Amino acid sequence: MTTTTTTPPSTVTPPSTPLLNRFRVPAGFALGAVLLLGIAPVALSDFRLSLLAKYLCYAIVAVGVSLAWGRGGLMVLGQGVFLGLGGYAMAMHLKLTDAAANGEKLPDFMQLYGSGDALPWWWKPFANPGFALAMTVLLPMAVAAVLGFLVFRRRVKGAYFAILSQALAAALSIWLVGQQATTGGTNGLTDIQGFFGYSLDDPVNQRMVYFVIAAVLLLLMALARQLFVSRYGELLVAVRDSEERVRFLGYNPANIKLVAYVVAAGMAGLAGALFVPAVGIISPALIGIVPSIGFVIGAAVGGRASLVGAVLGAVAVAWAQSTLSDEFPAAWTYLQGLLFVLAVGFLPGGLASLGVVLRRRRTRTGTPATGETA
Amino acid sequence: MTVVLNQSFTGISIGAVLLLIALGLTLTFGQMGVINMAHGEFIMAGAYTTYVLQKSISSAGVSLLVALPLAFLVAGAMGALLEWLLIRRLYTRPLDTLLVTWGVSLMLQQLARDVFGAPNVQTAAPDILTGNISAGSVTFANNRLFILGLALLCVLGLTLILRFTPLGRRIRAVVQNRDLAEVSGIATGQVDRITFFIGSGLAGVAGVALTLVGPIGPTMGTNYIVDAFLVVVVGGIGQLKGAVITAFALGVLQSVLEYSTTVSVAKVVVLVAIVAFLQWRPQGLYTLRTRSLA
Amino acid sequence: MSGEGLTVRDLRVTFDGFTAVDGVDLDIRPGDLRFLIGPNGAGKTTLVDAVTGLVKATGSVRFGGQDLLGKPVQKIARLGIGRTFQTASIFEELTVLQNLDIAAGAGRGVWTMLRRRKDIPEPVARALETTGLTELRDRPAGVLAHGQKQWLEIGMLLVQDVKLLLLDEPVAGMSHEERDATGELLRRVSEDHTVVVIEHDMDFMRSFARSVSVLHAGKVLSEGTVAEVQADAKVQEVYLGRASEPEPEATPTTPVAVTEEA
Repeated sequence: MTTTTTTPPSTVTPPSTPLLNRFRVPAGFALGAVLLLGIAPVALSDFRLSLLAKYLCYAIVAVGVSLAWGRGGLMVLGQGVFLGLGGYAMAMHLKLTDAAANGEKLPDFMQLYGSGDALPWWWKPFANPGFALAMTVLLPMAVAAVLGFLVFRRRVKGAYFAILSQALAAALSIWLVGQQATTGGTNGLTDIQGFFGYSLDDPVNQRMVYFVIAAVLLLLMALARQLFVSRYGELLVAVRDSEERVRFLGYNPANIKLVAYVVAAGMAGLAGALFVPAVGIISPALIGIVPSIGFVIGAAVGGRASLVGAVLGAVAVAWAQSTLSDEFPAAWTYLQGLLFVLAVGFLPGGLASLGVVLRRRRTRTGTPATGETA
Repeated sequence: MTVVLNQSFTGISIGAVLLLIALGLTLTFGQMGVINMAHGEFIMAGAYTTYVLQKSISSAGVSLLVALPLAFLVAGAMGALLEWLLIRRLYTRPLDTLLVTWGVSLMLQQLARDVFGAPNVQTAAPDILTGNISAGSVTFANNRLFILGLALLCVLGLTLILRFTPLGRRIRAVVQNRDLAEVSGIATGQVDRITFFIGSGLAGVAGVALTLVGPIGPTMGTNYIVDAFLVVVVGGIGQLKGAVITAFALGVLQSVLEYSTTVSVAKVVVLVAIVAFLQWRPQGLYTLRTRSLA
Repeated sequence: MSGEGLTVRDLRVTFDGFTAVDGVDLDIRPGDLRFLIGPNGAGKTTLVDAVTGLVKATGSVRFGGQDLLGKPVQKIARLGIGRTFQTASIFEELTVLQNLDIAAGAGRGVWTMLRRRKDIPEPVARALETTGLTELRDRPAGVLAHGQKQWLEIGMLLVQDVKLLLLDEPVAGMSHEERDATGELLRRVSEDHTVVVIEHDMDFMRSFARSVSVLHAGKVLSEGTVAEVQADAKVQEVYLGRASEPEPEATPTTPVAVTEEA
């Protein structure tokens, strides 16, 4: 088969300057590390740094979204659930240690709304820091594993999956609101003072929390990057593009999708756990349908399939949200809506693809003949 | 026994509201595959139409009767406009329509806030709909009966349109084979727009119905939209009967659970029940078996 | 290795009351290059769908000592049955190399999966060679020419290490040169695999088939060598009755085939 009949002239783009390519990723990573760990803490006030810490938590969620949605095509509209599970697991532990530090048996809100003097049985293990920390990641992963297993196994996909995951976010936030005596209800778990023995009122300790969050973000980005370039990452893209075809090659696509979904859930859980000391609160309003869509949209605006794009998009949208919504609430809502419409509708690759789109427009060469039934 | 009957009636009336909302989605989501998050805001548009009408027409009964067709037209026109402006560009990316229409939904909510103010408003119900009818020990609220009747009427109307009119045949043809419909001389773009018009218009009608049982506010649509989508998912994308059965079944389940537990637990249990149901029927209640790959 | 045979007995597939495959018996010997022909709607593709687990069927399909019916798609694939589709179904956003590497990897362990591909696995290199795609290996598969996409699909089956290949209209829409090249490729592949080809193109079938089964209305109408089948009166009748029907896949490039069909 050495026919060259329809082979277009061999214009294979040479792997452009392999040396540069090899160092591009580590260099970018190092640049990010310098910015986050070196420059930001020096350049920003305590207040702004703590805001950045919050945005970086959303960026951690976006890393998972980029994996599950950008690469795997799974529209994860319920990431708030996993952020919530991680956040509540952490907040329960911190509320218990706060109460213990004040010489009280029960967290403050339980004394107000609770029905008795006893701690609910399912709160008890969270007094143990190791258990609580493990739960911040394992609990979201377990929920994702069960739901994902049931849903993917039966080939429920696309829009159906998106709606189910959204319904999950609605159900959890409504459930939390209904359990005021044991979860703080609408208020959530608030007024968290200590973080493993460090007072969160102290700006120095707030900075420490920031460093932990930034380091975790960088670590998870490295992990996600490894997954992207691995054989698994290639397979995940294949499943996104043609699930049936992958099945005919002898793989079970359900398992491939499950891994991405569970990993993304674990990342969101970790983000929730870090969100609590950074912001001092976790509540149903932070994890319901609206914030859950927000996580996906942040990633979409930046570029769902590009790790850096998704992270920057999440940070930018969160920043714009808290900066502009205070000063111009009405104008911001219009702008936000318009941004989503334009970014998702007309720039599906997100802002990360802007350069590529512009370049392609300038040098429109047309794709090689792909046959009539392409 | 009385309790059971009363709860069932409550469930059926919850189901009727769900059905009214889901009916429009069976067209736009079920038939066209578009996840329109702004559907909730079309409900809101219908509700505010009722509110505005009542300010100019003093009789609550007359304004309600005028509101029904008018809300259908207002919401339908908004839907057709949305389809023409955005959605028709996104038919190849159905999941992205979800995000795009979410952006539209945010803007429409803010628009309502700017025009009508953020606080909820209320309309007066006509006298005839404020009472109850008692049958033995069971009481039926008139407004709930009205909504039930309205929902069933809409189902009937939509069925007749889809089954027996040339428009209905065209809609079904486009759904089943877009390319073939196109080469058969059907203007598929136009059919899409009309389908969207009807689906969105039904949301407007649902909005009128909702003014009878609750306040009107900028975010009223978001409370219902996910449940309505679940109705279509569970019902399957085949025919209307899936949505009808599912809406009433979920309504009754919800109401029975709320009675025996709490509202919030009921939500969770309903979702678990839905996931369990999809284990048994992953494509929903009614589907067509075909040879296609997807 | 000369592939594995396939035995089909009384296979039936029904869609909502319509019987697409109606009691088909087939015996395909190891190493055969079998063509399945028949008018549109004869049940050819549905037959392949049933064998590969895509649609539910009754009867029996035996392959390598196992009954395939009721097994999930991926299990059947792992037993050594691979297939292509009428429209080339490759992963358009991945490169040629990535496509082949994925096809070769169903048995990989977790550790291998989580690492980057360091070099080109030997079977993948061989398949690139066989299909003539070595030069294009770093191209996104989506930009390949139509014929090349089909070859890539066949290459994917080769690295998948299947014993039986089921190809659904592999030369539809191909130019004459591509068609001949594909035929040569199939001939080479059938030296150590069993190959079943669904095809409309009679010219192509005459040049490369080792044996032929004619399907009509869900049943096997005739079976044998090319000559035997062509001489069969029943076959002539079916094709005569359909001679006026345009065959969209075959007409533009092979007017010869159409006239000879009649």
